[in-house]
Amino acid sequence: MRHLLSALVQNQPGVLAQVAGMLASRGYNIDSLAVGETEQAELSRMTFVVRGDDRVLDQVRKQLEKVVTVVQVHDISSEAFVERDLMLVKVEAPPERRGELKNLIDIFRGRIVDVSRTAMMIEISGTENKVQAFVDVLRPYGIIELARTGRIALVRSSADHRETTDK
Amino acid sequence: MAQSSSSSTGPMLGADILVEALIREGADVIFAYPGGCSMPIHQSLTRYKDRIRTVLPRQEQGGGFAAEGYARVTGRAGVCLATSGPGATNFTTCLADAKMDSLPMVAITGQVPSGVIGTDAFQETPMVGIAQPITKHHYLVQRTEDIARIVKEAFYVAQSGRPGPVLIDVPKDMQNREVVPDWNAPMNLPGYRPDRKISEAELDRAMEMIRSARKPVIYCGGGITSSGAWNELREFAEKTRIPVTTTLQGIGNFPAEHYLSLHMLGMHGTVYSNYAVNDADLLLAFGVRFDDRVTGKLEAFCQHGKIIHIDIDPSELNKNKPAQLPVESDIRYALGQLNKRLSEKPLNSDYTGWLRQIDQWREEDPLRFDPIPGKIIPQQAIQVLWEKVKKRGWLDRTIVTTGVGQHQMWAAQFWKFNDPRLWVTSGGLGSMGFGLPSAMGAQLAYPDRLVIDVDGDGSFIMNIQELATLKAENIPVKVLLLNNQHLGMVMQWEDRFYASNRAHTYLGLGDDQPPYPDFVTICKGFGIESRNVSADKDLDAALEEMITSKGPYVLNVQVPHQEHVLPMIPSNMTVKDMIKS
Repeated sequence: MRHLLSALVQNQPGVLAQVAGMLASRGYNIDSLAVGETEQAELSRMTFVVRGDDRVLDQVRKQLEKVVTVVQVHDISSEAFVERDLMLVKVEAPPERRGELKNLIDIFRGRIVDVSRTAMMIEISGTENKVQAFVDVLRPYGIIELARTGRIALVRSSADHRETTDK
Repeated sequence: MAQSSSSSTGPMLGADILVEALIREGADVIFAYPGGCSMPIHQSLTRYKDRIRTVLPRQEQGGGFAAEGYARVTGRAGVCLATSGPGATNFTTCLADAKMDSLPMVAITGQVPSGVIGTDAFQETPMVGIAQPITKHHYLVQRTEDIARIVKEAFYVAQSGRPGPVLIDVPKDMQNREVVPDWNAPMNLPGYRPDRKISEAELDRAMEMIRSARKPVIYCGGGITSSGAWNELREFAEKTRIPVTTTLQGIGNFPAEHYLSLHMLGMHGTVYSNYAVNDADLLLAFGVRFDDRVTGKLEAFCQHGKIIHIDIDPSELNKNKPAQLPVESDIRYALGQLNKRLSEKPLNSDYTGWLRQIDQWREEDPLRFDPIPGKIIPQQAIQVLWEKVKKRGWLDRTIVTTGVGQHQMWAAQFWKFNDPRLWVTSGGLGSMGFGLPSAMGAQLAYPDRLVIDVDGDGSFIMNIQELATLKAENIPVKVLLLNNQHLGMVMQWEDRFYASNRAHTYLGLGDDQPPYPDFVTICKGFGIESRNVSADKDLDAALEEMITSKGPYVLNVQVPHQEHVLPMIPSNMTVKDMIKS
């Protein structure tokens, strides 16, 4: 089973390396990991997608909490949350197929952010499934390269007060 | 010059701030080996020599293990210092060891100047990166202004919660910069909350489980030592009449000579402690981590019993063995609360039958050995020495350290500790070479106590260079060297599981040669008093000479190598598979 963990960490050099190293050395399977600053300059947020049963997840959470620079860990899988995955994708786009592609991009609410004679770059965000579906749709046109951020997520305000696992 | 007015407001060198901060945290001794990138700190240590003693080990690992020895016997963080690069990497085993055995330690390493970090400079290693998985916490100093705060945090983190090692990596330019120290800078540890206490609901549930148990056993470990809960533990055991078995690191937390003591459990634990746990209907796991050397095959461990697991480290709960009642709590607090409830409403359980059953197991299979006339066997040397120390009334002020292997297990079995913090051994990591330097650290903490390193010839030679430290610093550690010319524990496994094929476990030069090396001659070179003994009739006098000698002393006891540590539950097996002879 896949879980979404959201962790606030002190914004210090080496924290990402430590967290990634700890997860690797204990053999936990991380599907995605996204890191970025938060509204507080001294804190960053890490969002993990972890695979494993409840016992594995419990250990991952506790081991994360044990890291001194990790301030708070929150398993948001069971809550109402909003998740997004951002992707930039470059696809082959000769002039005769651009119209067709444009339609698809509109359906998925993507944006064209760069165009050349033979290719275009598209920006799209959404749930992981949606982004994956878009990738599948584009594949026949010829994907040149793509980059994804991994999942980021926040709990909805209405549910924000529940089940915070403070250390 | 050292400022005796600790509130000095003038600018100070980073190195001086570091040393002054250590002293403010209570450090009175530092094990420090100099090098290019730590020289400013060493220069500073000479300026502060009236307030902190600097001991020069002969290898950084010796310094690190000494700091661990100091930490184990005092409960306060041991402090050690090394230079960058190879000096720092020589600390890695010590850091990993202290992490595994939850010992508070503050290790300081010099680092190349911040401007050249990352350029593969001379003696540069990324020490923080190396230390990450083997420390509780770590710092790379980036501003001299932060040193005072970092040292304060380091001691706090090392000594609170589940104790552990903290590394501070200090680039040389940070040591040499002058700034005005801020001694009152607040700690910046928003994610560190070490205080955990059992809740009322958990207490209710625990008492309920205890009251309904018929065959309970207490299984306690190093957590009792760390939280200083031995008095509460004894009160709890005596109030309930529940028998107590300890892990290797739990030894001494419950008097070994107490009727309720089942001694050590696990791979080389007593038969009766392992039987008791196997038959128990309730296991009270206090400050333990269900290590594989304790449990053997996890599924079969305490398979008939419910488990109450209390530990200050939540990640230990349900990690190896699920508990019916997992509790995040300081164990001293939890035991205090349980005792309070027991005072209010005494337990009326009758364990007579259970204790009688255990008595029977104990009578059938006590710890034992068979002396060989004319020779000295290792168990006997330990037993005789223990009796001697006990007879003198020194048991409560005698500290025993060990290396790793057979001698370590025999010391755990045959030295009966009735008091805590007298037993210093590398359990989790199992680091050979631990005995001599850790004895050195323990002796520096308690100069007036008898400190004995019970060692093997394999372990002893791994840090034998520390004999020089003993001599130069006049540290009167005694070494009971049980010399069987083999790496005995591996040899024992060869005997049991590899048809006695010796695969690089023999340390001598051949059966037709005298024992090798000649430890008495080595000691002579180091200026350390030493003698050989190999006949049982000479053992008593030799031990007497050792414990009454004024300075450091090495007693090389030549022992046969055929002895095995028994009983033994082979790795990942169960009580049923126990080898008794």
